[in-house]
Amino acid sequence: MPHHDHDSSLRHRLGRTIRTPIGVTALTACLLVALVAVLGPVLLGDRAAQVDTDAINQGSSAAHLLGTDQLGRDIAARVVVATRLTLRLTLMAAVIGVGGGLLLGVAPAVVGRRLGRLITATVGVLVAFPGLLFLLFLATIFGVGSTGAVFAVGLAMVPPMARLVQNLTASIAGSDYVAAARILGVGRFRMVVRHLLPNIAEPSVLFATQATGGILVAFSGLSFLGLGVQPPQYDWGRLLNEQLNRIFVNPAAALAPGAAVVLTGLMFGLVGEVLAQAGGRRAPQAPETTPQEELGTPPEPAVEHDGGALVRARDLRVTFPGGRQAVRGISLDIGAGEAVGLVGESGSGKSLSALALADLVPHPGRVSAAALGFDGHDLRADPRLGTELAMVFQDPMASLNPALRVGRQLAEVAEVHLGASRAEATARAVDRLDAVRIATPGRRARQRPHEYSGGMRQRAVIAMGLMGKPKLIIADEPTTALDVAVQREVLDLLAEVREESGAALLLISHDLAVVAQVCERVLVMYAGLVVENLPVTELLGGAAHPYTRALVGAVPTMTTDRGTELATIPGRPPEPGETGAGCPFAARCERVRERCHEDTPELTALGPGRQVACWYPVGTAAGRPVAATAHTAKATS
Amino acid sequence: MATITMNSLGARARNPWVGFVLRRLWRLLVSLAALVTAAFAMIHLIPGDPVRAALGTTADPAMVAARRESLGLDQSLLKQYADFVGNLLQGRLGESIGAQMPVSEIISGRLPATLQIAVPAFVLILLIAVPVGMTAAVLTKDGRRRRGELSFTGVTGFLGAVPEFLLAVGLIAAFAVAWPLFPVASRGGVDSYVLPVLALTVVPAASLSRIVRVETLRVLGEDYMRTARAKRLPARLRYLRHALPNLLTSSLTLGGLLFSSLLAGTVLVENVFAWPGLGTTIVQAITEKDYPLVQGVVLVYGAAALLITFVVDVAVAVADPQSTVRGS
Repeated sequence: MPHHDHDSSLRHRLGRTIRTPIGVTALTACLLVALVAVLGPVLLGDRAAQVDTDAINQGSSAAHLLGTDQLGRDIAARVVVATRLTLRLTLMAAVIGVGGGLLLGVAPAVVGRRLGRLITATVGVLVAFPGLLFLLFLATIFGVGSTGAVFAVGLAMVPPMARLVQNLTASIAGSDYVAAARILGVGRFRMVVRHLLPNIAEPSVLFATQATGGILVAFSGLSFLGLGVQPPQYDWGRLLNEQLNRIFVNPAAALAPGAAVVLTGLMFGLVGEVLAQAGGRRAPQAPETTPQEELGTPPEPAVEHDGGALVRARDLRVTFPGGRQAVRGISLDIGAGEAVGLVGESGSGKSLSALALADLVPHPGRVSAAALGFDGHDLRADPRLGTELAMVFQDPMASLNPALRVGRQLAEVAEVHLGASRAEATARAVDRLDAVRIATPGRRARQRPHEYSGGMRQRAVIAMGLMGKPKLIIADEPTTALDVAVQREVLDLLAEVREESGAALLLISHDLAVVAQVCERVLVMYAGLVVENLPVTELLGGAAHPYTRALVGAVPTMTTDRGTELATIPGRPPEPGETGAGCPFAARCERVRERCHEDTPELTALGPGRQVACWYPVGTAAGRPVAATAHTAKATS
Repeated sequence: MATITMNSLGARARNPWVGFVLRRLWRLLVSLAALVTAAFAMIHLIPGDPVRAALGTTADPAMVAARRESLGLDQSLLKQYADFVGNLLQGRLGESIGAQMPVSEIISGRLPATLQIAVPAFVLILLIAVPVGMTAAVLTKDGRRRRGELSFTGVTGFLGAVPEFLLAVGLIAAFAVAWPLFPVASRGGVDSYVLPVLALTVVPAASLSRIVRVETLRVLGEDYMRTARAKRLPARLRYLRHALPNLLTSSLTLGGLLFSSLLAGTVLVENVFAWPGLGTTIVQAITEKDYPLVQGVVLVYGAAALLITFVVDVAVAVADPQSTVRGS
C-alpha cells in the first residue's frame, strides 16, 4: 500500500517544515487566532455589549481604542469578540464545502458511467460561473441571515473543490493498485475509503485550507452586503457594514474589521503554504551558488592576425556554477570557406563549444578564452555577427517563433542589420526562401511555422542565415530531428549554399556519415576536449586516436554484416567535473597503459594538418605494439 | 456525448477551425441554457411562498393572488418555463416587485454605470500586469536577483490575497479621508471614478502579473528566443516582437477566469462606493426579496461572464492557432 509510508513521511516532513521560519509564523498565528476566538467573548463580551448613551459615535480615545458605535459600544472589543462567530461560521461553511466537494468529486469514480459523466459535466458548467455570482444566487434561495449564508458560502465552494477531487481521483482510479483492488473484488465503498481518499488527502487538505481563506473573505463580503449575519449578532463583515458610513469620522473603526479579515485570510494562506512545502509540492528554494564573475581569463583586447583564419579560438572554456567545466580549453581554427565537422558523443561539449563561438551560451554558463576572434575582430564585441554568422539549430520545430509569420522572421534581420525598409526586407525574405527551394515563396512567407513541414522549417532557418552575407554557418545537429529523406535535402542545401556564398561551415554532429559527406576536416571532441584533428579523408582508415577509431567502428555501413552485433564503445564518457588527472578516455580505452592514467596528453601535431591528444596514437611508432594486439582482439571478437 | 458528435463533425469539415468554433459555441449554448434554467428555478427553489415572502405576512390575500398571477406562478411548471424562455428571447425579463417597473428597464438604466468602471479596470489590468510581469521576468530570469524575485512574489502575493472590497475601504481611508484627493463615494465627475476603478484593478493586476512573469520565464527559455538572439536582434525587439505574442496567449488563457470574476467583483466594490450600478441593484433586490429583478441581474452577470470566457478563448485561438485549435 503506497499511502501508508507516505502518511508517516508526510508527518515527518510536516514536523520539519513547522520548524522553518514560515512554519513558526503560521503556527504562532494559528494559536493566536484560536486564543482570541476562545477567550475574546469570555473576557470582553460584556464590554462589547455594553450600551453607553453618553458616548455615542466617539472617535478613538484612551477609553475606547477604536472609538464607539451608534449605541456607544466599544468597537475594539466588538472586533475581538466577533472573532469567534466569524471563525465558527467560516469553518461550518468550509465543512459543507469540503464535504460536498469530496462527495461530488469522488462520485464519478464510484457511481455508474452515465451518472458519473452527468456529475462531471454539471460541475464543469458550474465552475464556469464566477464564484460570487453563484454565491449571490444561493443567498437569494436560502434567504438573508447566518444560516442561509453558511449554506450559500459552503455550497459555492463545492464546484471548484469537486473539480479538483475529480481530477485527482481520475488519475488515481487509473493506477495499477486500484485496478488490482478492483480485480480482487474490493467493494466500492471500501475502495473509496481505503484507496482513493488516503491518496488524494494531501492535495485536498492543501486546497481546502487555501479555500477556507476564500470562504472567510466571501462570508465577510456577504455580511458586509447585509446578506449574512444579522443584528444583534455580528461578525467582522457586519461590523464593517455598520462602520463604513462613518469612515469619514472614524476610519480606524472601518479599517480594523477589514484588517482582521485580511490577516486571518493570510493566516490560512500561510498554513496552506506550510502544508504545500511539507507535501513537497513546492521545492524549498535551494541555495544556488552564484556563478563567479571573475572566473577565467579576461578576453584579450586585440586579436593577433594570423594565417587568415576566419575563426580563431584559443583555450576556449565554458564554465558552470560550482566550477564544472563542460568545455575545458579547446583551441580551433576555421579557415575562410572551410567545412569543419565537430563530432563526439552527447555530452562531449561540442554543442556548447559551438554556442560559445556564436556567443549564445545560456546563463549561467560562462565563456572564457585566451583569444576568440571572428574575421579579425574579437567575437564578443563584433556587431556584424547578425549578418555574417548564421546559425542552424537541431530542432526546426522549436527554433522558429510560432507566433510570427516566417517571412517576418526573415525580414527583420535585413531591417535591423542592413537598414532595409520593410518592403525591401520582405522582398529579400521571399527571394531567400526561393533560394532554399521553398515552392511559392511569396505565399509561404505569409504563413506561420506550424504550416511548414520539418524539412521546410530547417530550410527557412537556413534562409534566415542567408539574409545577410554569412561568412560562417554554424549548424548544430541540423538533420538529427528530420527523417532520412529530408536529411539528404538539407545537407545538399547546406553544401549548395556554401558553394554559392563561399561561407565556412562548422557542422556539429554525432553522425560520422553526415560529417564525412559534407566536411573537409574533422575535430573529435571527448569530455570537453578536442582529442583529434584530422582531414576527413583519414577519418575512415587513418584515425590516430583510439576514441576516433572506436567512433568509426561504431558506425554501421552498407557493407556491415547484418548478422554481427553493432559495435559499441564500452563504458560512458565522464561527466563534467569527474575528470581528474590522466587521459579522460583512459577508462574506456582498449590500448590504455600506465602513463595514460597519470598525465593528460596535449593536442600535438602529427604530420601536416593533423593533431592528436594521445600518448600512444594508432599507426605511430609509440603506438605500434598495442595497435597489433588491438587489431587481433578486434579480429577474434 | 455531445463533444464526441462535435468532434466528428469537425473532422468531417476537414477544417480545424470549424470544429473548434462549433465546440466552443456548443459549450457556450449549454452553459447559457444552464444559466437560464437556474435563473428560472431560483424562484421555485425558495422555501415557502416567494410572493408572500416578498410582500410580507400581513399582505392582503387578494393582492398576493394578483401578484402570483402576474408572475405566472399559478400555472404549470412547464408552461411557466416555456413562457420564461419565450419572454427572455424577446428581451422581456418580467416586472420588478419593488419598483413596479420592467426589469429590463432597470437593468438598462444601471448597466452603464457598472460598465463604466468594469471596462476601464479591464484595460488597466492588462496595461499594468503585462509590462510589470514581463519586466519582473526579464530582471529575474535564470535565477538572477533572488531578493528582487522574493519581494516581487511577496508584494503581488499579498496584494492578490487582499479582497477587493477591503482594498476599496483601505483606498477610501487613505485617498478620500486621510488625504482627501478623491470623493468618498457615489458617482460624479471623473475623479469619482478613480478609486472604484483602482479597487477593481489592483488585485487582479497583481495576480495576473505573477502569471505573466511565470509565462515570460517559460517563453524566454524557448528555442526560438535563442534564434532571436542568434539574429542579434536588439532586446526591445526580442522581448516585444518575439516573446510578447507568445506569452500573451498563454497568460490570457490562464487569466481568462480573472476577467469573469472581475465582473462579479464589481458587486462588492459598487456597494462600498454606493455606485449606482447592477451590483448595488442585485444586493438591494436580494434584501427586498424582489425575485424577478434578482433573476434579471443574475442572467446579465452570468451571460456576461460566459461571453467573456468565450471571447477570450476565441481570441487566444486566433493569436495562437497551432496549440489551441489542436489541443481542444
